[in-house]
Amino acid sequence: MLQTMRDYLRSLLLLELFQGLGVTGRYLFKTKFTVQYPEEKAPLSPRFRGLHALRRYENGEERCIACKLCEATCPALAITIEAEPRADGSRRTTRYDIDLFKCIFCGFCEESCPVDSIVETSCYEYCFEQRGEHIMTKERLLAIGDQYEAEIAAARAADAPYR
Amino acid sequence: MIELWNSLPEVIRILLKIVVILAPLMGLVAYYTLAERKIIGYMQIRIGPNRVGPRGLLQPIADAVKLMFKEIILPTRADKTLFIIAPLLTLAPALAAWAVFPFDENLVLADINAGLLYILALTSLGVYGVIIAGWASNSKYALLGALRSGAQIVAYEIAMGFALVGVLVAAGSLNLGDIVRAQSGNVFTWFWLPLLPLFLIYFISGLAETNRAPFDVAEGESEIVAGFHVEYSGMTFAVFFLGEYANMILISALSATLFLGGWLSPLPAAWVEGVFPLDSGFHWLLLKTFFFMFLFLWFRATFPRYRYDQIMRLGWKVFIPITIVWILVVGLAVVYKLPPWWSA
Amino acid sequence: MGFEKFLFYVLAATLIAAAGMVVTRRNPVHAVLFLVVAFFSSAMLWMLLEAEFLAISLVLVYVGAVLVLFLFVIMMLDVDIATLKAQFIRHLPLALVVGVIMLVEIFLVVGPGNFGGESFPNPAPQGPDYNNTRELGLLLYSSYLYPFEIAAVILLVAIVAAIRLTLRHRPDTKYLDPSKQVYVRKGPDRVQLIRVPPEPRRVPPTATPTSGVEDEA
Repeated sequence: MLQTMRDYLRSLLLLELFQGLGVTGRYLFKTKFTVQYPEEKAPLSPRFRGLHALRRYENGEERCIACKLCEATCPALAITIEAEPRADGSRRTTRYDIDLFKCIFCGFCEESCPVDSIVETSCYEYCFEQRGEHIMTKERLLAIGDQYEAEIAAARAADAPYR
Repeated sequence: MIELWNSLPEVIRILLKIVVILAPLMGLVAYYTLAERKIIGYMQIRIGPNRVGPRGLLQPIADAVKLMFKEIILPTRADKTLFIIAPLLTLAPALAAWAVFPFDENLVLADINAGLLYILALTSLGVYGVIIAGWASNSKYALLGALRSGAQIVAYEIAMGFALVGVLVAAGSLNLGDIVRAQSGNVFTWFWLPLLPLFLIYFISGLAETNRAPFDVAEGESEIVAGFHVEYSGMTFAVFFLGEYANMILISALSATLFLGGWLSPLPAAWVEGVFPLDSGFHWLLLKTFFFMFLFLWFRATFPRYRYDQIMRLGWKVFIPITIVWILVVGLAVVYKLPPWWSA
Repeated sequence: MGFEKFLFYVLAATLIAAAGMVVTRRNPVHAVLFLVVAFFSSAMLWMLLEAEFLAISLVLVYVGAVLVLFLFVIMMLDVDIATLKAQFIRHLPLALVVGVIMLVEIFLVVGPGNFGGESFPNPAPQGPDYNNTRELGLLLYSSYLYPFEIAAVILLVAIVAAIRLTLRHRPDTKYLDPSKQVYVRKGPDRVQLIRVPPEPRRVPPTATPTSGVEDEA
């Protein structure tokens, strides 16, 4: 009986509602931590998995040896590789396509690569303007690798102690 | 100036007065949407829109331009005429109600005797826009939203009406100006104190009438997409939006007038005689209205949506009995001249 | 006076046109909406008679509440026009008879004899302090007290009857009572989170031979 009376009084005085209003009222004056994106950017981990790239050695030779481990491990079947011996007898890819519409950015290709050739860069600001641009060909992947080589190497070096 | 004003025909003068009331109201509606996004953003530790213009101040204009140039899509087998009329039916009562609203001691467009009743009648018409929109859209979600909203508005209108009956018993008049004058004195002679339960019920019913959170089951984004206005786009949608916000401002202004003493200054008249910003006047009404408008947003940022059966329970089984009991209490207090409110 | 007359004719024409639409429209929703227009026009006519309280009450009660419920019911119904038409032809004679009787009755009460400006003179112009609402209240609670009370009692009986007819308690439904739900308290009524202390980490078996035996077992 007493409990019922207390319940009635509590619900009529809207106590719980006022508590809720108090919480939101306090948050009104809290410091905001919105990041103003194009001007400010959130820091990225060296393990960030963004756009793919194919790397080269210092002497300019491409690293990929067409072992097709990345193609085999890709859970989304996004990688297509064709290979044949080059004129000097080494085994190289003639085709290395990544379909970015299929890719789920899991990073397994990078993990599986024995020569650190296919990597994921920290680049996440890209877009497609034409149909077909979502297929990253070997040339484009190598070009990205050349462009971001310094960043890629730095990220690998930063992460190396934990691998 | 005054001669020019007096030389104008009566009809033109009335039209000019209407423009003077409605143009700032529309501006207020536009910036109310910005304030809503900003304030709710701040309560969620975000900063809200800040890209269009300095600190996002031109955002409402950008929104309006966008909505004006969007296509109005008619759903297949929709009732074309009713589909277009429906948004106007929500907006028109919200604007027409301002006709009897007293902004100041003698600043009112139509000083009619049955002002309160007129406002009640007009706010009860708002439900037609919602129901017709839901039916004319030829869409399941829209119809469901319309039915929910119709039932909700009819239920809460009764509680709202009873709350207003309490006000008119206390004031002894249906004229809004007289109701404010009946509250004159100090902060404690305003009606919020003797009519506290009615005041709370009136404002909460106002939330339900305008389909605002936490009573927004009519829109219910997460269950029936947007309720009665799913099928609306472009300018027709914008008119619904205008109507909703104009209604919110109306409810805020009415709460300020009926329970917080309208244009009366909260400070005792003897202290501030002649000091303009502290004296009674329109600015106090504006301040009180803004307070209630802020409450609308604060509630939306705080409370989760009510379940439908809980809404119905609250309206019929809690609010209506409380209002009836309190009308009786107020009636007795008026008859027996309970000081300090009805001693004179 | 000219403008008032003009208003009267516009409102009267709207009223009659809308009333005609109510009975001729095929679509019941449209018919109800025309009924809204009809009520609104008649309210405005009352306003011309300086009966603003009654006019606004008409809008409030009929347009604001009763017709909303009408719309509700009609929107939920699936009206079959074909069968309705067949029924219409079948019941036409009966409807005609009823209609003619009603017409005659109306004619007897408000026939040309007690119609027109002579039998209904303009209401005397009242002063600015004249309060229609107050006069109505005084009249209602003095000379018409008994009819008013009787009407109230009849309405009360109707409410009680409607509630009695629709209020059924079915014991087999699993219904959650929201009025009890809102009183749920944090302590005893809701799910409780119990903090279970973690098991102390076992000391790794070092030199004691017994512990090694235990592990094997």
